[in-house]
Amino acid sequence: METFVNDWMAVTLSVLVGAGAILGLFIASFVFSAKRKSKIKLTTYECGIPSEGFTWANINFRFYIFGILFLIFDVEAVFLFPWALIFVEQNNLGNPLPFYAMMMFLLILLFAILYGWRKGVFEWQK
Amino acid sequence: MIASTGPYFQDAISTLISLLTLFSFLAVTVLSLVWLERKALGRLQLRLGPTRTGPFGLLQPIADAVKLVLKEDIVPNEAEKVIFWVAPIIVVISAFMLWVTIPLTPSIVVQNLENMGLFYVGAVGVIGILGLVLAGWGSANKYGVIGGLRAAAQLISYEIPLIMVFVSIAIVTQTFNLVEIVNLQSPVPFILVLPLGFVLFFVSGLAEVGRTPFDIYFAESEIVGGPFVEYSGAHWAVFFLSEYINTFAIATLTVLLFLGGWSGPFLPSIVWLLIKIYAVILLIFWIRGTLPRLRIDQLMAFAWKVMVPLSFYLVVCCSIYVFYGLPWWALTVMSIFGLGVVGVIIYQYITAPARKVAEVRERLRLLQMSQEE
Repeated sequence: METFVNDWMAVTLSVLVGAGAILGLFIASFVFSAKRKSKIKLTTYECGIPSEGFTWANINFRFYIFGILFLIFDVEAVFLFPWALIFVEQNNLGNPLPFYAMMMFLLILLFAILYGWRKGVFEWQK
Repeated sequence: MIASTGPYFQDAISTLISLLTLFSFLAVTVLSLVWLERKALGRLQLRLGPTRTGPFGLLQPIADAVKLVLKEDIVPNEAEKVIFWVAPIIVVISAFMLWVTIPLTPSIVVQNLENMGLFYVGAVGVIGILGLVLAGWGSANKYGVIGGLRAAAQLISYEIPLIMVFVSIAIVTQTFNLVEIVNLQSPVPFILVLPLGFVLFFVSGLAEVGRTPFDIYFAESEIVGGPFVEYSGAHWAVFFLSEYINTFAIATLTVLLFLGGWSGPFLPSIVWLLIKIYAVILLIFWIRGTLPRLRIDQLMAFAWKVMVPLSFYLVVCCSIYVFYGLPWWALTVMSIFGLGVVGVIIYQYITAPARKVAEVRERLRLLQMSQEE
């Protein structure tokens, strides 16, 4: 219990210290920095010409596909982390099943990768 | 009196003091890295680097920092103000949170998270991506949006090999405790046991901190700084700070996980650790001065067709090694086999056009010879 509290206290305090230091930097900058606002200066940068059209439009669809791919493999990683320690422990107790189960799972995942590869999911442009 | 205020109060005070020390240590380190990078890159490009400010230009990073604080902090009218303002804070806090559990020696560590150190490093490292995407999205700039999305795509793709290397190290060592992992390397550093793991970790680490050749998401010559394009002054300085803290973190993790950490003869352990870290950092700067930038399609293809399958191969190798209790060199042999096969395939793939041209030329030559006869 004591380790648990100390661990998470350190993590929480690190967030506070990081945020505090950065806010200190921002305050110092606010106090010392030059402030000469003008209408032109606050426009969006676009190579020196006035910004054209709508900013958040026409994003390549590929970004979403890679996002979904990442989700699949991240769930996989969540499975693997606890398994990394458990399968040895279980094997020492005479239960080799977790090892074979994960190997089966990885084999299925391998087929998924090969299928996606053949389908051209990993290509940026078709 | 202190004891009456609660059982954890003293612990909290000592943790707070060590965190503040850590932050100042990181700030000094970042200054040294900035100077080292400018000097090393200058020498690699046959320039001198900074020379005017102080001896050997040593005061240059301090001058830079003062300049950045004095510069005007512009928030464009079009920007989503809150997102724009918060994004750099997210990036730097995630970079700083990593350092809670990274040990510099067994005793110099803020709080060694014994049950989840490696897992924590993998989990917290990803939060920075969110900040980059928010920065690009919030600045309402086309370059920013493109850069933010590229950052998301690149960083999440290279996160998977990184996590898989963590998993394979956890399988081999049977612990998530970083101090324990370093202690287990005292006879044989893991670079000899898992050469494949080292290569995967180093390459995906380079990609995670956006070092050349993986700097497509803020490529200055293409999308003029990507997510950082609208930032200036203190906000930009924060991005800069977190980039260098992350570079230092990746170099430190490489040393801790693969190069034997602080172990070494004669010198004190912290000196050995810093020597190894700076050697890895100089390697990173050398790569930056040598290699050109990868295109986005090459980048994604390399991540998903080379790095991800190889990292799964590594996990399977490690679990087989532990399950059947093989000798440690078996892992080395499997690692080098995997690296060799992939190397040959990549070499064949890269040289395929050249071999095709040579073949056509040879056929033409034969044709001409037969016509002359």
